[in-house]
Amino acid sequence: MTTSRRKFIKISALGLGGVAATTSAIKMFGANPYLDELVKENVAKKFKRTPTYCEVCFWKCAAWTYTNENGEIKKIIGNDNDPHCYGRLCPRGTGGVGMYNDEDRLKTPLIRTTVNGEDTFRKASWEEALDLIAAKFKAVKDKYGAESLALLKHGAPGKHFEHLYKALGSDTIAEPAYAQCRGAREAGFNATFGSWIGSPEPTDIRDTKCLVLIGSHIGENMHNSQVQEMSDAIDNGATIITVDPRLSTAASKSKHWLAIKPATDIALMLAWMNVIIEEGLYDKEYVEKYGLGFNELKEYVSTFTPEWAYGITTIKPELIRETAREMGNAAPSVIIHPGRHVSWYGDDTQRARAMAILNGLLGSWGRRGGFYFKESIKVPKYPHPAYNHPKWGWKEIGEKYPLAQMGITTEVIKASIPSPDNKYPVKAWLVAGTNITKSIPDRKLLEAAMDELEFMVVVDTMPMDVTGYADVVLPECTYLERFDGIRSATNREPSIALRMPAVKPKYDSKPSWWIAKQLGERLGVGDYFAYDDYKEVIEWQLEKMGTSLEEMEKIGVKNFPRKSRSLYLKEDEKYEFPTMSGKIEFYSKELKELGFDPMPKYTAHPEPPQGFYRLNYGRAPMHTFSRTANNPNLNDLKKENDLWVNPKVARIIGLKTGQRVWLRNQDEITSTFSIKVRVTERVRWDSVYMVHGFGHDNKKLTRAYAKGINDTQLVSKVAVDPIMGGTGMRGNFVEILTENPHKNTEI
Amino acid sequence: MQEELFTSGRNLPHIDPSLEIWHWPISVYLFLGGLAAGLLFFAGLITVLGKDKEYPTTVKFAAIVSPIALTLGLLALFYDLTHKLYFWRLYTTIRIESPMSWGAWVLLIITPISFLWVMSYYSELFPKWKLKFEFLNTFEKILTKNRIYMAYVLIPLSVILGIYTGILLSAFNARPLWNNAILGPLFLVSGLSTGAALIILLAKSKKERHLFSKIDLALVVIELGLIVHMLMGMAAGSEVQLEAMQLLVGGEFTVMFFGFVIILGLIVPATLELTEIVGYKIPVAIPAILILIGGLVLRFVMVEAGQITRYLY
Amino acid sequence: MRYAMVIDTLKCVGCSDCVVACQTENDVPIGYCRDWITETVSGAYPTIELELKSERCNHCDNAPCVRCCPTGASHQLDNGIVLVTGDECIGCGACIESCPYDARFQHPDGYVDKCTFCHHRLEKGQLPACVSVCPTKCMYFGDLDNPNSEVSRLLKNRKHKTLAPEAGTKPKVYYLI
Ligand SMILES: Nc1nc2c(c(=O)[nH]1)N[C@H]1C(S)=C(S)[C@@H](COP(=O)(O)OP(=O)(O)OC[C@H]3O[C@@H](n4cnc5c(=O)[nH]c(N)nc54)[C@H](O)[C@@H]3O)O[C@H]1N2
Ligand SMILES: Nc1nc2c(c(=O)[nH]1)N[C@H]1C(S)=C(S)[C@@H](COP(=O)(O)OP(=O)(O)OC[C@H]3O[C@@H](n4cnc5c(=O)[nH]c(N)nc54)[C@H](O)[C@@H]3O)O[C@H]1N2
Ligand code: SF4
Ligand code: SF4
Ligand code: SF4
Ligand code: SF4
Ligand code: SF4
Ligand SMILES: [Mo]
Repeated sequence: MTTSRRKFIKISALGLGGVAATTSAIKMFGANPYLDELVKENVAKKFKRTPTYCEVCFWKCAAWTYTNENGEIKKIIGNDNDPHCYGRLCPRGTGGVGMYNDEDRLKTPLIRTTVNGEDTFRKASWEEALDLIAAKFKAVKDKYGAESLALLKHGAPGKHFEHLYKALGSDTIAEPAYAQCRGAREAGFNATFGSWIGSPEPTDIRDTKCLVLIGSHIGENMHNSQVQEMSDAIDNGATIITVDPRLSTAASKSKHWLAIKPATDIALMLAWMNVIIEEGLYDKEYVEKYGLGFNELKEYVSTFTPEWAYGITTIKPELIRETAREMGNAAPSVIIHPGRHVSWYGDDTQRARAMAILNGLLGSWGRRGGFYFKESIKVPKYPHPAYNHPKWGWKEIGEKYPLAQMGITTEVIKASIPSPDNKYPVKAWLVAGTNITKSIPDRKLLEAAMDELEFMVVVDTMPMDVTGYADVVLPECTYLERFDGIRSATNREPSIALRMPAVKPKYDSKPSWWIAKQLGERLGVGDYFAYDDYKEVIEWQLEKMGTSLEEMEKIGVKNFPRKSRSLYLKEDEKYEFPTMSGKIEFYSKELKELGFDPMPKYTAHPEPPQGFYRLNYGRAPMHTFSRTANNPNLNDLKKENDLWVNPKVARIIGLKTGQRVWLRNQDEITSTFSIKVRVTERVRWDSVYMVHGFGHDNKKLTRAYAKGINDTQLVSKVAVDPIMGGTGMRGNFVEILTENPHKNTEI
Repeated sequence: MQEELFTSGRNLPHIDPSLEIWHWPISVYLFLGGLAAGLLFFAGLITVLGKDKEYPTTVKFAAIVSPIALTLGLLALFYDLTHKLYFWRLYTTIRIESPMSWGAWVLLIITPISFLWVMSYYSELFPKWKLKFEFLNTFEKILTKNRIYMAYVLIPLSVILGIYTGILLSAFNARPLWNNAILGPLFLVSGLSTGAALIILLAKSKKERHLFSKIDLALVVIELGLIVHMLMGMAAGSEVQLEAMQLLVGGEFTVMFFGFVIILGLIVPATLELTEIVGYKIPVAIPAILILIGGLVLRFVMVEAGQITRYLY
Repeated sequence: MRYAMVIDTLKCVGCSDCVVACQTENDVPIGYCRDWITETVSGAYPTIELELKSERCNHCDNAPCVRCCPTGASHQLDNGIVLVTGDECIGCGACIESCPYDARFQHPDGYVDKCTFCHHRLEKGQLPACVSVCPTKCMYFGDLDNPNSEVSRLLKNRKHKTLAPEAGTKPKVYYLI
């Protein structure tokens, strides 16, 4: 008998009471295996499984949701046939049950009202809330045009609202996953290979001989199959080289950890190019065949010796040479990982270019153990009338940044502040699935914009900070309670995954597809939503793809054979890269013509003044940004972030592990909350480090409120990437306050 | 710099950051068990030696305390169980390797005997309250007649009980402070000493008081010797034991341990007793009470400090 | 048959998936855990060693928790798994005091609980929940008595350690180092 007493009672309720009672008497002197069996069988049998794909981050792992006989979600387990997860979810996916169970969830629509001069929310019916939004949106549309309606979105809900927006004739759409995340790397790799990286990254980590991580902290960054493949690579004896000013988990698993001085990565990479070219370590045949501008590059990097880089990066020249040789020996099975959150210092596209160029020199693009050619399968679009053409949209708003490939959140935000030279007036926002007050830097700008808006709607599952700024808050049900678009992502093999509700939506929450349809109907574009239930869309699409909802319910994931081309370049293959020249562009004419450096250039970035420390941030494996801080299961693993401080610094300031401190940045912005110090050798003496996503402002988040510091609050200085508009966020400096700076302001 | 931390998990209630599984009731239980063991041992011994008429407090008046102490002790133990309804499980099996088990069985036997013992003195103790039922009187007579056999049984049982109160702790290899062979004898001696102290406190005759003062003095000296031995053993032991010792001699529990147990609980009363024996007038209640308090504090210190010591983290 | 777990510290990233998976598989109440992660850092920047480990009951061959249990609620199966029978446990805490790893805890319902090596899953031919979910596949599970099992082979070929061997408990959770 090892089942818990609670289960035991449940079984009794199932009619086994008699057995249980009589056997407990027999059992007085020992366990009873017969009863054990009975209990277990019954516990196990009652589970029902429903396919889904995870929404705790954007890796979208396919999984099974297990519900018991009472309709409670008990666990979520990865789908074995899914190339995103190979049957194993990451901690956040496993803890996804907490997203559903969180009793702090948004429960009803809320409308902002004023009581006694103070703004507050009142509960509203869906009818009322939707009518109000429709009326306000219609007013904006009539007065300024549909283009003035902006959509800030992230994740699955975004798709449905994007459809609504395009139907209305607005393309004013942006998400933090671009300018605050991977935009620069897409621009940099695109300028080099003519193809952006996308998600999941087509890195062939499981077969690599040498993995180079530059500020990419896989293992803390839990993007699932990458973590799994990195582990395979360790098993296979691959060399891992990690460049990070902090001893990341990945760094601790690496053969070489290059403890670089922050903001100097381009110098290191130029030196690597120098060694690789000088010592002839590059893939000559490949470069010859596919490269363009090698000679310019060779000439350009000839002066960037490891000795030169040493003075900048503090990495010893021998180590730079040794690591360059390791890469050269492994080539072409080598990956200079492009990273993902790359908006660091404003020259991020150029840093990504340097990574791309290194990969080009080593011949890893299109090679086993390097980057494979990814493929996905197209999900047919459910028929709808043609979209209306907007007069302007995200592209025009971001026109200052010629190589931006997606909407730039911060530019949309700026466009929301009226001014004589604002050609693209944005008047209302719909924010769905993104907690912009935590994911977008420069709070002052953001608040100024929100102040100017005529109307703001937030669709979220939780009472996050951002909901506090909304005029109307709509509660979406969680991913475990709804249908959503079919997942089709690029991978080694194309695959699709189904998300369907495991249980009915809790409280009065609704799925985004329903909300979008309701708004569409009210705004006169109902014919774009020619279905009663999104299930019909999915059924239709699945039929078209040669499967069915019935089949997908059983398998969850369907893999398709590749059609486009082989996974890697064949020997002697004549391959035309999708760049303008058809070649890998070591020297970028495109950049040159746009007035940018055609080859990456190292520029020195500001350093922390006396008494200040660079604010470094990253991921904790058990949390996703701000969205999981209140998740009961994940909160149980880590309740707040802590401030990593080098022992030297701790000695100077007199800090002890566990002590609470406050931070103030170079612009005199003081953290609202305090944070616990962790004195550790894992961080440099010129920086402090914390996990992003904590320090929640909304009291309704009972577990997360006031726990730790919100790093974004302290990111007021933004280094904008002139090429694609990314917001570099790692150039902020903080001082450590040991006394509560709010003591006098609080009553 | 060396750093060791929990990344996740382990905010377990009563486990982290240090064990708080056994609370004050266990210390009280151990104290009362030791006290009862002492009282019953002396009652048995004096009876076997045929001196029960000379030392009436020992066999009669002080002995009343033992069933009360045992009952309270058991109640305290029961109070500290977290799955109380299953208490009866203790008596569905005997597990020789578990001190908790044989302690429970010893208590199950010794507690009724202690009641019977008191019962056997019923008419002497409460001459005014006649027993209402005749069969009870008969019962008392039978007990009185067989008292000597009870005494024979009580001597070994009370020694086992006394040792048990120490072994309950020392059986735990996992708590470096407890894990030493001295704890059994130490708690036995301490139990006997508190028993003697209570007899001194209640004794009416000078003779009885004097005898037990001498006995107590001897016990206190032995106890001090055992404590020194225990500390030296730990000092010579492994790293974790050394750390455990630090708690007592140079840490959180030093004041309690040296102040209340060693000085106020042993040395001062021993000196006072000695002074009295050589003929000076000392109110005997003082050393006796100090011994009792010292005994109680010893249990508190050992139970609490022991739970702080661990192998890992 | 003697079940053992082998965990490769060179691969564990301390993600704590094993902790959540155990929680959802075994209905471990929020605020409690049957397994947990420790981090050890030594050295000085930039020459630092970092070790991450997932820990739990070691199902000790020489289990003090079983020995000290007065009711027999704590017992060891023939396959070496140490279990607690909830409705034989009186909650005396002796086993908790006896475990050098502090691997046991008081369930809010009163009885003592801890890792079971998911023996309810083993019987169905499944791996323990934590092992089956670990994204780095750094946990291995199997029969120590079978020289050809994965765990036996790993222990034969790789350097390893157990926790607090000086406590004399003969743990059966091994760490590859
Ligand atoms: N300072 C700082 N800023 C950063 C980063 C950083 O590391 N530091 N990282 C950047 C990066 S890489 C990225 S990708 C972005 C991410 O930025 P965001 O996507 O904004 O990240 P989250 O904070 O997780 O916010 C997600 C919001 O969606 C809600 N949500 C979750 N599930 C659902 C759902 O099913 N439906 C709806 N409607 N809402 C849901 C959550 O409650 C939460 O409010 O942040 C960027 N900003
Ligand atoms: N668990 C978990 N995993 C996630 C997410 C999550 O929220 N939680 N979010 C996902 C998303 S959307 C993204 S974009 C990725 C982001 O994950 P990554 O792209 O891997 O992470 P970054 O935040 O860019 O990088 C953080 C690392 O960069 C180091 N660093 C800081 N400054 C410098 C520098 O100047 N040079 C170098 N070389 N390194 C530096 C930091 O010390 C830290 O180790 O993670 C993804 N995975
Ligand atoms: S990586 Fe983790 S959080 Fe992200 S989708 Fe996969 S399981 Fe979910
Ligand atoms: S799941 Fe695996 S990698 Fe993650 S902490 Fe547990 S053992 Fe380590
Ligand atoms: S680890 Fe602790 S609980 Fe588990 S068998 Fe060993 S002593 Fe018992
Ligand atoms: S708490 Fe329960 S399992 Fe532990 S020793 Fe006591 S009765 Fe046995
Ligand atoms: S084996 Fe099972 S019970 Fe033990 S830690 Fe792993 S999941 Fe939890
Ligand atoms: Mo991101």
